[in-house]
Amino acid sequence: MPEEQKEKVVIIDYGMGNLFSVKLACEKVGLSALISNDKSEISKASSLILPGVGSFGDAMKTLEKLDLAAPIKEFIASGKPFLGICLGMQLLMSESEEFGIHKGLDIVKGRVVKFPAAGDKVPQVGWNQTLKINSKSWDNTLLKDLSEGDYMYFVHSFYCIPDSKIFSLSETNYAGLDYCSALQDRNIFACQFHPEKSGEKGLIIYKNLANLIKINKK
Amino acid sequence: MWRAERRKLFNGSRVMKNIRIIPRLDIKGPNLVKGIHLEGLRVLGSPEEFAQYYYETGADELIYMDVVASLYNRNSLIEIINKTARQIFIPLTVGGGLRTLDDIKMVLRAGADKVSLNTIAIKNPEIIREAAKRFGSSTILISIEAIKQPDGRYLVFTENAREFTGVEVFSWAKKVEELGAGEILLTSVDKEGTGSGYDIELTKAVAESVSIPVIANGGAGKLEDIKQVIKDGKADAVSIASVLHYDFVKKYNERNNYSVDKNEGNTEFLKSGLIYSKIKIAGLQEIKSYLATEMINCRK
Repeated sequence: MPEEQKEKVVIIDYGMGNLFSVKLACEKVGLSALISNDKSEISKASSLILPGVGSFGDAMKTLEKLDLAAPIKEFIASGKPFLGICLGMQLLMSESEEFGIHKGLDIVKGRVVKFPAAGDKVPQVGWNQTLKINSKSWDNTLLKDLSEGDYMYFVHSFYCIPDSKIFSLSETNYAGLDYCSALQDRNIFACQFHPEKSGEKGLIIYKNLANLIKINKK
Repeated sequence: MWRAERRKLFNGSRVMKNIRIIPRLDIKGPNLVKGIHLEGLRVLGSPEEFAQYYYETGADELIYMDVVASLYNRNSLIEIINKTARQIFIPLTVGGGLRTLDDIKMVLRAGADKVSLNTIAIKNPEIIREAAKRFGSSTILISIEAIKQPDGRYLVFTENAREFTGVEVFSWAKKVEELGAGEILLTSVDKEGTGSGYDIELTKAVAESVSIPVIANGGAGKLEDIKQVIKDGKADAVSIASVLHYDFVKKYNERNNYSVDKNEGNTEFLKSGLIYSKIKIAGLQEIKSYLATEMINCRK
């Protein structure tokens, strides 16, 4: 297959965190992945991944400095599959209260807030379960083939509260509350956990992404 | 339904967090090694083979510690990280001899998810802040090697416990948290490799003085030791070496297809088939099943 026809995932490089493990997970499920912040590469991509660890404010500043907010929104409007991971999920929200109020990309209406400082350690570092919401099926979502209670790997102090629960796919219990740990709205999928660090279960999400890209191509 | 069951099980609205079980692989050149008190290294085999086995049997993360990184060149370590990261999709922490932000970048680029810093953090604590800012707090682990002094104080050592620093452990733990470290890997050098149990007093004091997770390391010899450092020592995660490594060695010896690079290092121990007598070996599933009976949650 000529290079330009290959299904290519672009992993947005904006200096936040280690993107290499996301690339390796893509490659493991047969996707070719490019770490880039080049706008033309983003618009050509068959799928876009926004990863990230670190602070919300810094991340938004960098996205603005690199002029990436518009290309991300345009990509999402094209209907091609988009995946936000960890901070990449939080950035989709309207605003965050991390060290003052910061505006987000406002692609999914909602807020990002900190875990209450009661009992459990913050940040949450480690494995936790993804739970279904009112037994809502995960078929036709990126969580397809996963089971209620499957464990994923989390590292975060803040979590998302989408305005509407309709798009929430899974909840996770930490610090005494059930919070939204994955959501999907049309072609936008986002998860608070790191599927590339969640073993074979996490790789199922990348396999689902690869299948979605194939279907989308047809 | 599921949630209701879990709530009932733990008798309250808070579900107990999951304790991470983290195999620690000490690496020298191309080999996995294991010592006692961080000295007297024995060659156990290929780190990639052990890592793959631990991944398949339920390890929550892995730690690679290059025990002689400051003395030898690091190419073989980079190669090992690279091979591992392509096969194993759980967090991989790499430490040993990392001195600069470029060193950190190099191991992250090779496929590590987190780095562990010790010597350089003591010499130049500001590197913790710089590294946390550049790579994210959750990427930066600070390894603390503690030795209990005759007067009861715990002091920090570096260079596999060869270098005295005079720094007191508890104030250092608080300082690394302030500087932006994401986790603490706490090693009791007195206990390391002995199989006589973790240092509970040390672990508890550190775990209660910081809000970042503390990984207890050094001393696991049997299942009860692991339970104790979680329940009494308040560890957020446990790092285990001998108990797991010798279990793997035994299983592989039994299958008779175990590969050891016989040309390097002290392999006499392995050929003899002896297992260090203080260690009651166990696999990851055995450890997790045991902890479940003690009402300690782990990823299943």
